[in-house]
Amino acid sequence: MLELYEGALDVPAILKRWYEEESESNYGAFIPFVGTVREEGGIDGLSFDIYEPILTSWFEAWQKKAKESDALLKMAHSKGDVPVHQSSYIAAVFSPKRRVALEMIEAFVEDFKASAPIWKYDLVDGKRIYAKERSTAIKGSGILA
Amino acid sequence: MVRVEFLGPISKEPKELDIQNLAELSEKLKEDESLKEWLECSAVAVNDKLVSSKEYPLKDGDKVSLLPPVCGG
Repeated sequence: MLELYEGALDVPAILKRWYEEESESNYGAFIPFVGTVREEGGIDGLSFDIYEPILTSWFEAWQKKAKESDALLKMAHSKGDVPVHQSSYIAAVFSPKRRVALEMIEAFVEDFKASAPIWKYDLVDGKRIYAKERSTAIKGSGILA
Repeated sequence: MVRVEFLGPISKEPKELDIQNLAELSEKLKEDESLKEWLECSAVAVNDKLVSSKEYPLKDGDKVSLLPPVCGG
């Protein structure tokens, strides 16, 4: 399940709902990862652009992979502006076994960082500044150069 | 015609181009000096699927998207 929201995420509400949705599903492990916008470099917050068609197919490929291990992935992400100390990203794995869940949350979040079509901007004095140095070229980039 | 979209921080309006493959697209886009840095670091999708070869054929009505470096989370 992939959820996109305008602005900051309501972390307690999303985690509570996800927990309740799967409370009778007989999963032995539920591992959430919550990403929070940190105050650093004088930013007021972060802002995000998302290309939904490819994000959706990327997520569906991961969901299929999770299913092969009897696991389930959930993810929420913000679009637009998110102030410091608020959350822009939640990922979670549900699995019968803890080892599968622990390994999957790491692999999922790392691949998310490297591949998900989301662009991040620092918010400084009301301006959006592309976070180029912190961004990663998607595998296979540069074929048009 | 093939529609070319520039995603995220590449602030360019979409283009409609008469091209047969990505190699031709590469030649066309290289004419725009402001796109040079983006071509080197962007991934390419045709009809929302990432592609890895410049020889990828294009047909009328296809959509090509340029995806610059990403940073979600």
